[in-house]
This record gives sequence, structure tokens and C-alpha cells, in this order.
Amino acid sequence: MSVENPNPARGAEVVGDQAAEWILQQCGPDWHQADQAELDAWLAQSTEHLVAYWRLKAGWNRTARLAALKSAGMRPATESTEHPLRKWLRLGAGACVVAVAISAAMYGWPIRADMYATALGQRATVKLSDGSQVQLNTDSAISVKMNFFRRTVSLTKGEAFFSVAHDATRPFSVLAAGHRITDLGTQFAVRMSGDRLEVALVEGRARLETVSASVQHHATDLVPGEVAIATTNSISVAKVSPRALTNDLSWRQGKLSFSHATLAEAAAEFNRYNSTKLIVQPEIAGLRISGVFDAGSMGPFTNVAKFAFGLRVERRGQEIVVSR
Amino acid sequence: MVPAPEVELWFVREVLPLEGALMRYLRSAYRNAADAADLRQDIYVQLVETAQKQIPNPTKPFVFAVAHNVMIDRLRHERVVPMDTISDLEKLGLASESPPPDTTVIARDELRHLRAAIDQLPARWRETIVMARIDGLSGREIAARLNLDESTVSYHLKKGMQMLVDILYGPDTRPGEAP
Repeated sequence: MSVENPNPARGAEVVGDQAAEWILQQCGPDWHQADQAELDAWLAQSTEHLVAYWRLKAGWNRTARLAALKSAGMRPATESTEHPLRKWLRLGAGACVVAVAISAAMYGWPIRADMYATALGQRATVKLSDGSQVQLNTDSAISVKMNFFRRTVSLTKGEAFFSVAHDATRPFSVLAAGHRITDLGTQFAVRMSGDRLEVALVEGRARLETVSASVQHHATDLVPGEVAIATTNSISVAKVSPRALTNDLSWRQGKLSFSHATLAEAAAEFNRYNSTKLIVQPEIAGLRISGVFDAGSMGPFTNVAKFAFGLRVERRGQEIVVSR
Repeated sequence: MVPAPEVELWFVREVLPLEGALMRYLRSAYRNAADAADLRQDIYVQLVETAQKQIPNPTKPFVFAVAHNVMIDRLRHERVVPMDTISDLEKLGLASESPPPDTTVIARDELRHLRAAIDQLPARWRETIVMARIDGLSGREIAARLNLDESTVSYHLKKGMQMLVDILYGPDTRPGEAP
């Protein structure tokens, strides 16, 4: 598709008409990738185009809420003179429920939660309706709520990596362990264990804050390379090296990376992925190990323990015990 | 350079809710609505171009400072209005920092507000907007129902959309803000 006058036009009215036309086309059924590229080019032509488009889009998105008027209870119960809109509601009532559902899906209305979960040792990639993507690590679960005003994902357990599709009119936030992470165009990982929350930012900007009413409000803005650790009453932020961040996120390829990790820490990591549990006896728990291992197979890891450290590795039922 | 998503977020959340106050200010100098819309556009362009370098904080005094400068520029060139219009600035935007609106009230009022805005549209524009937004019909379907050209429907929708957004953010209603 194309808008009639492709030249950068002056005058608020002309630009407004063009922006409106783009938005209508974008809402229509024939919108394709190539059209998006054309729109992007138009937006890049001048700031006038950009502000006209942002402004109309924000206002037009607000009107998507009108679809709710079709649902029961929102119509005026009694009115002496008929409300002009009511006339239209009567006219439209009962008709085109499917059409409303389709356009509602476009704007993420109505609200409903979708649940996704992985079993022990499993990983999964979930593509959300807004184009965002969530990678779930082992034994993890999210519930997703999209509506016209906001996109909310609750991490109910485990760990997930988020690649968020940008939409300034609908903020994307992740709720986990009494905290909220609000994205400003971002890639980040969130991990929960008990009431401890770890947020690692890879790209963009994000805000981490407490949302629980019972604790004092804390907030921090993260930049790439920062890892925040939050508990119920504190948030601390550390800058980590790109390599450490890559190690932290190696689970996305099904790997566990350790860099001078203690055997106890490494065992705890493996145990997140496997039903057979590694038990490290206390007297050797502090030994340090580095390397990259498949999360799902403990053999190579126990071999390192056996041959590099000269430790004893014994299988006892569902446990593998490492001792001196 | 501030990333575009951040600038857009700032523009939608911080600047647009001030549009009502801004338009009241502009209209005090420019009776003609088209002039005021042009001026608003110039102001937004300057705001966004500044925000692309660094997001201003706080937003409100900055918006009105830019409005003030753009207006003075225009007035110097056009000499259409007495300069003392400018002194009304304090009365309009900056005088009192009003408390943030209660979001629960906004959520409840938003539909009522939207409905009131739609009722102000001219009949044809309202009709097509309602069919598009409430009934979820496409331009083609609306054209078939109203027995109009698709291009005519598209015209009504385009104009209706712009007027509706003007009303939603405009000076004659409470400062609108999506919850």
C-alpha cells in the first residue's frame, strides 16, 4: 500500500491525514511486512511524521476500548432521549461478534491469561501475540495477560529470558517474587528461587521495582550488563562482564557454564534440570570448577570430579553422591 | 541518542496528557484552530527532537517553555496578536502543579469520556468510527453497509480519527490519560 503523497509535506493537516491513513491501513487486513518497511521509511523522513503518527496512534488505541461497550452492562440502562451512540449499539448488537473478537485480538482485548510451563529438564520458546518471545528454562511457568493498555507476564516459578517487541503504548512488565520489571525495549532474563529474584539485562533499559504493598518501595533502572538481585527487602545491582552474562544465559542453548563455581553451586544448577540429584558432601563443597556442560547429562561433570579432583562418585538410587 | 521507544513512551505518557492545557494556551493567541494545530505540531517536533538527545525532566515546565519560544517566534514574524498574550502563560500551564489524577477514577471514566467524545463528531464520521471501533468492521464492510465508496469511508475514518483524538486530548475535556 502507499499513502497518496510520499513527499514530506508541511502543514499539520496534510501530515495528520497521512498519519491517519497509515494507521487505518495498519489496522486493516492487508498489512504486510513490506508495508511496515514503507511506514518505517515514512516515519524516518521527518520528526513531523513521527509525532503526528505517535499522537494519532496513542489516541486511536484508546478508542479500542470502545469495543467493551458491546459487552453487557456498559450500556446506559434508561435514558429519556435516545443516546446517539446507543442507537448504534442497538444496531450493532448481536452482529459481527467474530469481527469484534478479531479486532479485539489485534489490540489485545479482552483480558485473559495464558499459561505456559516447562517440566524438569525441559526448555521451551513461547511466541506471544504481540511478537515478543519468552524462553522458558527448566521447571518454569509463566502466565501472560495482554490487554489494550498493558502487557503483563507473571513468572510463577523458575527462569525465563524475555525478548520484548516494542510498543510504547502498551508497556511490557514482568511480575516475579513481589517485584515488577518494566521494559523499555529490552532483552532480559529473570530467575526466581524462593523469594530471591535475579534480573540480568542484556539489551535496552529496564526498571526493577517492588510491588508488594507490605514492603518498602525500592526501584532501580538497569543498563546492559547489569545483574540485579532482589529479595523481599533489598535490591542490589552488580555490573558483570559480558562473559559472565553469557555464562548466566547459556541455559538458552541447553548448557551450563561455570567459571570458578563451587561444586555445591554447580550441583545445585544440575539439580534444577535433572530428576537424578547430585549430592556433594560438605567437605568438598568448596572446591572450584570451570567449564561448559550439557544441562541434561551429568556424566561429563562427574568425570571431571572423578579424574581432575580424584573424588569418589557413587550412584545410590536417584542420587549421585560425590565425596572424597 | 535516546532510543526511539523511550522517546515515544515519554511523548505518549508525559506530553500528550498536557495537550489540553497546551491547546488552551495556544488558542488564547490563535483563534483559528488550524493555526493552533500547526503550532502544536511545531512544538511537538521541537520537544521530540530535544528528547531524542535527552529526555527532559520534569516535562511540564519544559513543554511550556518550548511552547512559549515557538509562539514568540511566530508572533515576531506575524505580528497578529499583542505580545501580552504571552504573559498568560503562568495562568495556564505552570501556575499550579495539579495532583496526578486518580487512576481508578480514570479507568471508570475512560469509557464515558470516549463516548462523550464520539458524540461530538459529525454524523458521518461518528457512524464510520463506531462501525470500525465498536463493531470491528473493516473499511470495506463499512462501505458495503453504508453503500458508499471505500475511499469515501476511508476519508470519513481519517477525519473522524483526527477529530476524535483532538477531542480526547483536547482543551475542552479533563486532561485525558490512558490508565
